Amino acid sequence: MQIDWRAYDPGQFYDELISSPGHPRKATRHLAKYLASLSGEDLQERKRSAELAIKTMGISFTVYSDAGNIDRAWPFDIIPRIIPQKEWQKTERGLIQRLTALNCFINDIYNDQKIIKDKVVPAELLLDSANFRRECMGMKPAFGVWSHICGSDLIRDHQGEFYVLEDNLRVPSGVSYMLENRKVTKRVFPELFDNHNIVPVTEYPNQLFDTLAALSPRPLDRPEVVVLTPGIYNSAYFEHSYLAQQMGVELVEGSDLVVENDCVYMRTIKGLARVDVIYRRIDDLFLDPEMFNPDSVLGVPGLMRAWLKGNVALANAPGAGVADDKVIYTFVPAMIKYYLGEEPILNNVPSYLCIDPQQCDHVLKNLDKLVVKPANESGGYGMIIGPQASKKEREEFAGRIKANPRNYMAQPLISLSTAPIIGSKNAEPRHIDLRPFVLQGKEHYVTPGGLTRVAMVKGSYVVNSSQGGGSKDTWIVVEGDK
Amino acid sequence: MLSRVAERIYWLGRYMERSENMARMVNVNTNLLLDLPRGVRVGWGSLIDISGTGTYFNRDTEQADERTVVRFMLVDKDNPSSLLNSLSWARENARITREIMPMEAWELINDLYHSIKDNANALIARRERGRMLLHVISQVQQFTGLLAGCMTHNDAYEFIRVGRNLERADMTTRIVDAGLVHLLPANGDTSAVELLMPYNNVLWMSVLRSLSAYQMYRQHVRDRVNAKDVVTFLLQNESFPRALAHSLAELEGCLKKLPNSKAVVSTVGRVREKVLQADIGLLLESGLHEYIDDVQAEIGQLHSQIAGTWFDPVAIARTQRQTQGSA
Repeated sequence: MQIDWRAYDPGQFYDELISSPGHPRKATRHLAKYLASLSGEDLQERKRSAELAIKTMGISFTVYSDAGNIDRAWPFDIIPRIIPQKEWQKTERGLIQRLTALNCFINDIYNDQKIIKDKVVPAELLLDSANFRRECMGMKPAFGVWSHICGSDLIRDHQGEFYVLEDNLRVPSGVSYMLENRKVTKRVFPELFDNHNIVPVTEYPNQLFDTLAALSPRPLDRPEVVVLTPGIYNSAYFEHSYLAQQMGVELVEGSDLVVENDCVYMRTIKGLARVDVIYRRIDDLFLDPEMFNPDSVLGVPGLMRAWLKGNVALANAPGAGVADDKVIYTFVPAMIKYYLGEEPILNNVPSYLCIDPQQCDHVLKNLDKLVVKPANESGGYGMIIGPQASKKEREEFAGRIKANPRNYMAQPLISLSTAPIIGSKNAEPRHIDLRPFVLQGKEHYVTPGGLTRVAMVKGSYVVNSSQGGGSKDTWIVVEGDK
Repeated sequence: MLSRVAERIYWLGRYMERSENMARMVNVNTNLLLDLPRGVRVGWGSLIDISGTGTYFNRDTEQADERTVVRFMLVDKDNPSSLLNSLSWARENARITREIMPMEAWELINDLYHSIKDNANALIARRERGRMLLHVISQVQQFTGLLAGCMTHNDAYEFIRVGRNLERADMTTRIVDAGLVHLLPANGDTSAVELLMPYNNVLWMSVLRSLSAYQMYRQHVRDRVNAKDVVTFLLQNESFPRALAHSLAELEGCLKKLPNSKAVVSTVGRVREKVLQADIGLLLESGLHEYIDDVQAEIGQLHSQIAGTWFDPVAIARTQRQTQGSA
């Protein structure tokens, strides 16, 4: 097959590559022309060479149910997604604004709770938030920052306007795939880099290390930073190992760490060595069997004691997830105004809270038009896409909402933008989202672009890798010829 | 460096070396059989004895034919030391330690594993086998070279070398031992040995070849290939890389560079002395097999001592407390 852009029709959706069939956007014209110039054989050859590169580089992710063959190759589409830098700069400012406000909120919640006293956020939301950790009350982490690494999911509506779908403030993953995707594209389409000024993404590991190192409780030139992983069976193990490697720090498991005199040490061939900063990729409740889940073998007994005493920094801080709740999400624009006195730069998707009887009623009546999500699930689990669900599924879901209204929020189905993937006969449109990664410590950093996730199934909106999603390299392109 | 990672990387070194040894043995045996007369039953079964995997074979090694043995040695999932399993373990250990090795090293291991896994059937047939086994050998050599040339020679690097040399020492003793079983008169039935008498030369040559030692042996020993010289060369030569004495000396050198290694270094020194002092001529007349068993047991002990010194946090803590207490 050879690509024919005239026969490529995304319908009513915003397409990232063309403005109408046959007409590429300004920033994508080189790419569109180049792709159309390749023969079908050539395209297939590139596709195979990408698959080979992914296999050789060992880029993989793990699926929990896949015992025996735990390691799956990363599904990748070779056509990059292009975002012009001008559009991106605004998004970048919006992301920084958003994370700053979210960190103010978390710090406020665990200290003075002014935002509740001023009745901007209702107190009862907090009390039954599954991610609120009473044990963290009164804690003041460095720079007042709780969520140092945030992955926000962005989507574009039919006019191409960015919306924030959710903020992942606990242990967001995917950044290693963003970095590896670029490497794969360089192997597959080296000639494309001649015609485009693409902002490099390779800075991330350095920025991450600097962000983490700045949190060290001991003022050292080179504090001991480690990445704490649940181990090889975790779905994001590839990423844990990758980031440790790129930052040049130890990748540790819970059993490698021990707490003595409220300080954290790792067991090395020379004996115990003090640890200053832990980039933990373990959920709160597994961190410390002394304080949380007593059955956890992934965590480190006494870790919370050491953290609360200020002898070790944890990123992200335990309890940061209180703001990573889909109900709290609806208050983010209000937080931005409250803490920063600014207007939100990025849109929130309009939302209905089921905890409010009137809004709940509206949700139940319009279930066939709305997407309903539970407050504390991630990975696309436990939600319902009303327009695509059967009547029986909707009825069953309505029962769940009525039983626990606090746990649900609803949003209109925003038509995700599309981007072309290599299909069997032509390029075919597929729905995509974008997860940029934002760092906050002493300073801020936003990845140029982020991880574009693709729903590989035609018409599907589910982009999660655990449910058959794929990904694309994402280019922030400086306009003007190179 | 973390104890857990040190242990993994040590095993990575062992499994890569084991993969190479498996490839060498099968390759040499394939070539040897082409030289032997019909009806000579030596060969395939002995490979299983050499690798010490008889308990997993579950069949009569005497009756084992080429196809069965080659499949068992190279791709059988139930044989923990098969080439495919060794590569698979090497890959798992590399995956866990990939952040401390050059990226290319991981890519190489990953690639090699996939190439063997995807071509398991081609390995069984004689025609493709040789080419693929040589590929395995050259890739393991490349791995060694890549680390020597591109990896910081730090503790992690030494642990890989410790694993490699320990595995190599162990394998050399096994290969010599297997040579003895088939080539020396056993008590009782000597008919098989008599039948093979004219081929003794060829067989000892193949023992040397399985360690890439033939050419080096010829340069060193200016005499015809004979049992005493071959065994002496493979056990006591201090310059040939795959000879036992050399592997032990290398091991000693690596261990010396690691922290808290005094006790282990003295153990390995003792084993090395024992090997160098042995009177091979006398042992060949009687007791060589038992002597080799003895050396193998000491190599096993050495492994336990290495594990206790660096890999086992509880043991390490105990020693530390004792040292602190006595200081």
